[in-house]
Amino acid sequence: MNRLRLIWRKSLNVVALTLTGVAALAVVSILFLILGYLIYNGGKSLSWDFFTKLPKPVGETGGGMANAIVGSLKLLLLAALMGIPVGLMAGVYLAEFGGKTFSFVIRYTTDLLNGVPSIVIGIFAYSLAVLPVKHFSALAGGVALGIMVIPITVRSTEQFLRAVPGTLREGAMALGASKWKTIATVILPAAKGGIITGVLLALARVAGETAPLLFTAFSNRFWSPGWSQPIASLPVMIYTYAIAPYDDWHRQAWAAGLVLLALVLVANVGTRLALSRGGAARSV
Amino acid sequence: MQRLRHGDEVAHLLTLIFAALILLLTSMLVYELWVNSHLSRTKFGWMFFWTRVWDPIFNNFGAAPFIYGTLVTSIVSLVIAVPLGLAAAIFLSELAPRKISDTISFLIDLLAAVPSVIYGLLGIFIVVPLMRTEIGPHLIKWFGHVPYLSVLFKPPNYGVGFFTAGIVLAIMVVPFIISVSREVLLTVPREQREAALALGATHWESTWKVVVPWARTGIMGSIFLALARALGETMAVTMVIGNDPKIAASLFAPGYTIAAVIANEFTEATGDLYLSALIELGLVLFLMTFILNGLARIMIVATERGGGQPA
Repeated sequence: MNRLRLIWRKSLNVVALTLTGVAALAVVSILFLILGYLIYNGGKSLSWDFFTKLPKPVGETGGGMANAIVGSLKLLLLAALMGIPVGLMAGVYLAEFGGKTFSFVIRYTTDLLNGVPSIVIGIFAYSLAVLPVKHFSALAGGVALGIMVIPITVRSTEQFLRAVPGTLREGAMALGASKWKTIATVILPAAKGGIITGVLLALARVAGETAPLLFTAFSNRFWSPGWSQPIASLPVMIYTYAIAPYDDWHRQAWAAGLVLLALVLVANVGTRLALSRGGAARSV
Repeated sequence: MQRLRHGDEVAHLLTLIFAALILLLTSMLVYELWVNSHLSRTKFGWMFFWTRVWDPIFNNFGAAPFIYGTLVTSIVSLVIAVPLGLAAAIFLSELAPRKISDTISFLIDLLAAVPSVIYGLLGIFIVVPLMRTEIGPHLIKWFGHVPYLSVLFKPPNYGVGFFTAGIVLAIMVVPFIISVSREVLLTVPREQREAALALGATHWESTWKVVVPWARTGIMGSIFLALARALGETMAVTMVIGNDPKIAASLFAPGYTIAAVIANEFTEATGDLYLSALIELGLVLFLMTFILNGLARIMIVATERGGGQPA
């Protein structure tokens, strides 16, 4: 009886532990499945036209998404201009100046803002930047993405500033530098690598956002000069093309998906590798 | 000396303003949602939550089908993602050598970085057909005659619906469960494991009966975090759920979620009441994720600070 129980316990041990390994493997293989599907389907339909031409009218095959690629870049630029300064400064405040209670409130609010569903951010940006002027615009899309950049930038900036060794701080102070001088000339440069990584990751994340753009930047089948007209973006194009009933559009959606995924993953892999190898690692 | 200190104060004030801006922005978000949903809130009151009709033509709006769809898809996703994620996290923290564990975690973080519209793309063209021809028919065959369960697995099966959305959501939230749970499990003191092993427990018993219970509050936190993600997820769900505002017991039936209806109808909303009802849905979604995120944060922090009471 006792012996049977021992055998049972030992086999349970082996089976359960094996299953955990299988689970981990299964999850990782999903990543490779996704990559495989996109490379296979997207690669087939990727052509030079995709990067250089405008979308063709419904019914005609061919054309590309040049306007959406430029549109995405313009939206990212706006998001960076609006989100990064706020995120950086607030991060500096939390790491260097903050008192106890107020910092706690800011940190909590930042996490809260980070958890707000992107579609709700879209509604917010709509009421800020679309309702008053009564039309969709690149600017409104930038506002939506910019708001999403803020919380990620704040937390990573704070984290990397805190990781700067106290000795550096004390050294600068001992030489007679004021607090602000210390931050600007010693601490920020020391944490530079990490902060840039955090910013890039934030941008990579919002680059793939679709929901907040649907009713802020909207979309556009043509070029969108300036900042006050509706503008196309890669994620919204993927969405519109994927749910449309045309085969040619589906092919283009795969191609756009491949381009977007490649951008996002390259940014992620690149920054993370740089972080684990390069200068930033020293200050962490 | 005076000048220097003056500079410090300016810097302090400047960064403080930007930090306060985050507070302002978040309060404005709540304010805008509240004010812009005024029409719908005053017209429908609490009935908004129970009404099953969504009729833009006669201006009659109820949130019930969307709340139902949001909850059902999220629950399905958790039923799939929690065992899978927890098992993977156990493997990464208890079994795998540090190097392998780090590499796998890196890949899983990449999975979390994949944009949701790409999950939607794969959902439409890969998961939906698979669901229609392979997974769905098998599930109906296996569970279609089991008492109680048969209600959930009823034909017709179009490929789109609650279950398909749940599968896609599960894949999207599993990285969050894994990375947070792994971190929480890694904070469990080594002595706990050694004590269990010294008493003659097998590796699995020490993990399942000692380590996991120790970390359970944090693990619950990771699940709440995942749930909040699943509730608010928009694009992937919109593309595979079928977009039909109905309450159906069968998991294969098409449905609708809060986020999906906002995404689909916001630009087409004619009339102030229609728009206001959509914004009220946004408010509901915001409150749901707000509460869950708050709880999750508290639980994770509590565990990592040396928290879990040994069971």
